[in-house]
Amino acid sequence: MMQAVEYLRIRDLHAFYGESHILHGMDLVVNSGECVSLLGRNGAGRTTTLRAILGLTGSRTGSIMVNGHETITMATHRIAQLGIGYCPEERGIYASLSCEENLLMPPQLSSGGMSLDEIYQMFPNLYERRQSQGTRLSGGEQQMLAMARILRSGARLLLLDEVSEGLAPVIVQKLGEIIRHLKEKGFTIVLVEQNFRFAAPLADRMYIVEHGRIAEEISQGEIGAKKELLQEYLGV
Amino acid sequence: MTEIFGIPIQALMGQLMLGLVSGSFYAMLSLGLAVIFGMLNIINFAHGALYMMGAFLAWMGLEYLGIGYWPSLALAPLAVGVFGVVIERSMLQWLYKLDHLYGLLLTFGLALVIEGLFTNMYGVSGQPYTIPEELSGAFNLGFMFLPKYRAWVIVASLAVCFLTWFVIEKTRLGAYLRAATENPKLTQAFGINVPLMVMLTYGFGAALAGFAGVLAAPAIQVSSLMGSNLIIVVFAVVVIGGMGSILGSILTGLGLGVIEGLTKVFYPEASSTVVFIIMAIVLMIRPAGLFGKEK
Repeated sequence: MMQAVEYLRIRDLHAFYGESHILHGMDLVVNSGECVSLLGRNGAGRTTTLRAILGLTGSRTGSIMVNGHETITMATHRIAQLGIGYCPEERGIYASLSCEENLLMPPQLSSGGMSLDEIYQMFPNLYERRQSQGTRLSGGEQQMLAMARILRSGARLLLLDEVSEGLAPVIVQKLGEIIRHLKEKGFTIVLVEQNFRFAAPLADRMYIVEHGRIAEEISQGEIGAKKELLQEYLGV
Repeated sequence: MTEIFGIPIQALMGQLMLGLVSGSFYAMLSLGLAVIFGMLNIINFAHGALYMMGAFLAWMGLEYLGIGYWPSLALAPLAVGVFGVVIERSMLQWLYKLDHLYGLLLTFGLALVIEGLFTNMYGVSGQPYTIPEELSGAFNLGFMFLPKYRAWVIVASLAVCFLTWFVIEKTRLGAYLRAATENPKLTQAFGINVPLMVMLTYGFGAALAGFAGVLAAPAIQVSSLMGSNLIIVVFAVVVIGGMGSILGSILTGLGLGVIEGLTKVFYPEASSTVVFIIMAIVLMIRPAGLFGKEK
């Protein structure tokens, strides 16, 4: 087996929104090509962790290494340029841009991104709706668009926040297939999820987040054995 | 002599032309205000002062350095744009997270300082700026004489407005701009240097005001008060058109110029208030402006 290469290493991360202290010493590692899920209850600090990686929170302390670069003092756009694609919880589709403009908006960060043709093959719905205003798309289509537009840029680390939230089961299933396909293509993925049943088959490892820090780390093989623990933390 | 509603057609056409000329200035200035407001969330009260600076720089260039009209048309806006960038970096950038009111107060203060400086140096009486030779004289259209310079002002301002609209609505750079206007944080998270874009946007808005100033220099007297005289009407135009709409500000600017011109023909007493009357009516019917989106 190949030696695991760390793509993202977070050490003792504290993050704030104004006065409120949200993350209390996060520690986690994501290896290149891995799919890691952050599970936990609402307000545990999972979304904040993703936002803190990109410098979108208030002040941050600690260390965040992305592909060998310390990013804790970098500006947001410089961090993103290291090869991060972010799919936010609220999806962030631009109303002032058409579907295709939304898709083409994120600039090229490095070579090796997917071509527009490949993306339309993966998301045929988006091809049909390419002329529509971004926010006229259905919820499922907007979620597809939010994921599709970070695949073109050449980003290798994808931060996906609650992609299955509020969508019909058939669309959730389709998203699961897409994430599996992206793993095969070698993307490194951090999956923030509420939906344990969606995340469990996709994730190589899971972190349980509680009160702004990692409470437990569970590998794919341990899921069966740690069922009760998971139930306790997540109420599933 | 042909008449329309008892008005000689030459007078009517003349005022229509004048209306289009002032509409051109309204359009250029309200366009700059709209672009700046969209991106920076700041109501730029210094816009009139920047316009006045453009005119004065053109006049000073000719007076002291012998720089003619055509080079000034490029150099003065460039200088005003650089001045705008300095203002943005040194002062405005600290205000984005605060209420609109702070940006408005700061830029209002800046306008007073800039106008005060020019009044101190040159007084309030206007300085004449000669129309360049190529544009002096008039076209005889048969039914009226059209001064060449007025035609040039309309053509130049329409070209600049169209170019701005095209860049914002139809190009990749414009897509970045629209994205950054709508959701700056997320746009930056895609790797776009949004703070740099914000800085250049203010510089561009300032340069646009400066360009309008140079265009205005030969048409009216160059004076330190020319900006504050115009900016009040321009703000009314922005309110009528709707804050933040690119096409809206261009069309409203031109349209209100024409309405103002026609009012001068049919009911001269109301010509200086007609814009504000329209503003009041629009505010009653569509508070977000004709082209604005309701929040």
